Amino acid sequence: MSTAEHPPAESNPVDEHDWEVVQASPEFVELRRRLRSFVFPMAGLFLVWYLLYVLLADYAHGFMATKVFGNINVGLIFGLLQFVSTFAITTLYVRHANKNLDPAAEKIRNELEGGHA
Amino acid sequence: MNNNPVLNISIFAVFVAITLVVVIRASRNQKTAADYLAAGRAFTGPQNGIAIAGDYLSAASFLGIAGAIALNGYDGFLYSIGFLVAWLVALLLVAELLRNTGKYTMGDVLAFRMRQRPVRAAAATSTMAVSFFYLLAQMAGAGGLVALLLNVTGKGGQAIVIAVVGALMIAYVLIGGMKGTTWVQIIKAVLLIIGAGVMTIWVLAKYGFNLSTLLGAAVENAPKFGEKILGPGLQYGATGTSKLDFLSLGLALVLGTAGLPHILMRFYTVPTAKEARRSVVWAIWLIGLFYLFTLVLGYGAGALVGPDKINAAPGKANSAAPLLAEALGGPILLGLIAAVAFATILAVVAGLTITASASFAHDIYANIIKKGQLEDKEAEVVVARRTAVVIGVVAIVGGIAANGQNIAFLVALAFAVAASANLPTILYSLFWKRFNTSGALWSIYGGLSVTILLIVLSPAVSGKATSMFPKADFDLFPLSNPGIVSIPLSFILGYLGTVLSKERDPAKYAEMEVRALTGVGAEKATAH
Repeated sequence: MSTAEHPPAESNPVDEHDWEVVQASPEFVELRRRLRSFVFPMAGLFLVWYLLYVLLADYAHGFMATKVFGNINVGLIFGLLQFVSTFAITTLYVRHANKNLDPAAEKIRNELEGGHA
Repeated sequence: MNNNPVLNISIFAVFVAITLVVVIRASRNQKTAADYLAAGRAFTGPQNGIAIAGDYLSAASFLGIAGAIALNGYDGFLYSIGFLVAWLVALLLVAELLRNTGKYTMGDVLAFRMRQRPVRAAAATSTMAVSFFYLLAQMAGAGGLVALLLNVTGKGGQAIVIAVVGALMIAYVLIGGMKGTTWVQIIKAVLLIIGAGVMTIWVLAKYGFNLSTLLGAAVENAPKFGEKILGPGLQYGATGTSKLDFLSLGLALVLGTAGLPHILMRFYTVPTAKEARRSVVWAIWLIGLFYLFTLVLGYGAGALVGPDKINAAPGKANSAAPLLAEALGGPILLGLIAAVAFATILAVVAGLTITASASFAHDIYANIIKKGQLEDKEAEVVVARRTAVVIGVVAIVGGIAANGQNIAFLVALAFAVAASANLPTILYSLFWKRFNTSGALWSIYGGLSVTILLIVLSPAVSGKATSMFPKADFDLFPLSNPGIVSIPLSFILGYLGTVLSKERDPAKYAEMEVRALTGVGAEKATAH
């Protein structure tokens, strides 16, 4: 059974692995690179874009109130673009994860769990 | 408002009856902690995504944002954007890794490679603080809603309704556990999104499905502000301080969501990290869609009801959406929307209660008091149930006491604590090898205490006519939203606490990272 020192371990046989060896393996290093090289830049991108939007809404009232067509102004378009970018990043990430992360993660998981199952 | 309380109560009673049946059916097979606290990890991604939307779209975001747009125009829309974009933090950085490394609580992940007892105590403290602030805001808000929707204007009558809401919430959590609570969230989310969707199409149809025409009608009906309601600045643009306050709020909104314990706990109800990802994707689409609806509903209420009538109604801004429902579909639609608003409060408080009780039972009782020996035993479930009753009673008493107080800042406080105390600790813990016990304690306790201190010293609590204590005057900190100070400070504290301690455990980090990224040894769904 698990102890307080190994919370999610249960009676799981994967506990016996030398994690540092797995962590240093080329497959795992590649998986981590694929994850981080996507999520870190993307997180930076959407945070900067969100902050830009908030700063414009906060300090550039005139610009945001500029009408583009009818009663639709720049502020509304930028606001709706925040929705569009959120949906787009979500979709891109899911595609990246399905294609580049899941198969690699599954392979390592099967190797680690396989021997004991 | 041409209100029919009997009709409103009847529709609400039908909702309660249906959900209670569902909860009782869901309560079978709930023996282990994984069943009770994590619904056996058997929900699918789409189901959990709908439930997340149900947990997240509180009455504040339905009635509050629609009302803010109706009265202050564009500035109300800014809230919804922060609330939505925040989900990308959860999707990209938190959800899957958390699902792979934890079992029931935020504390599982934070304590994974640290000294268990101090970090779990800190995580539980922060979880309970956030949940309690949020819970109190919802319960007190219920009082105002009652006045608005049921014409119960006396404090005594409102207290009874708050007690009924609390009792129902306790019943849901006691009987149904996480599984029952999740179903309540799903039913409520479906009703809320369909209700808002129908009203949105109805409003748009009145203006030939032309958003520009709708905006024009809202401008015409707002003689006081006119065209200004279409641009930012009415609510926050007055002074340099209020602008800074808004920036601070924007930060807390976008970074707070992925640190809200009741949201994090939902990721444990699905069988795999991939399903956790699907949950967030569903949640993002549903929440985004809903906030687009509120944009139309807000301006629609401005155009069809008018700011003067909204301001004159009990509950002011909060009455915009119900008044719009009445203007569109008469008393029946008003009754439906009123019932959905109630259901919303009920579902959100149930989700908060199970989160706080899970944290107490799992982090404090099973892992600190019993040192992990009782983990996953039935005793953990017994303690969780008892804690839920205690929290429910405290929420009822607190809600009655806070009824009528200006406690809108409590939700901002919950988000600020989540963004300051929880999120930096979660991110460091998942991504920074060197991070250690001391760093975790510094960022959690430091973030928590700085946030609370700044709120106590802010104009939300004292010094202004709208403050909680208008007559007292100790508002030394000028902003109502502390995020702009407390969030960076908490990141710095986490860094300092880490480098000032010698503790390092690269082996444990290796284990955590491999588990987080690959799902090796992650908790599986329980089979029945």
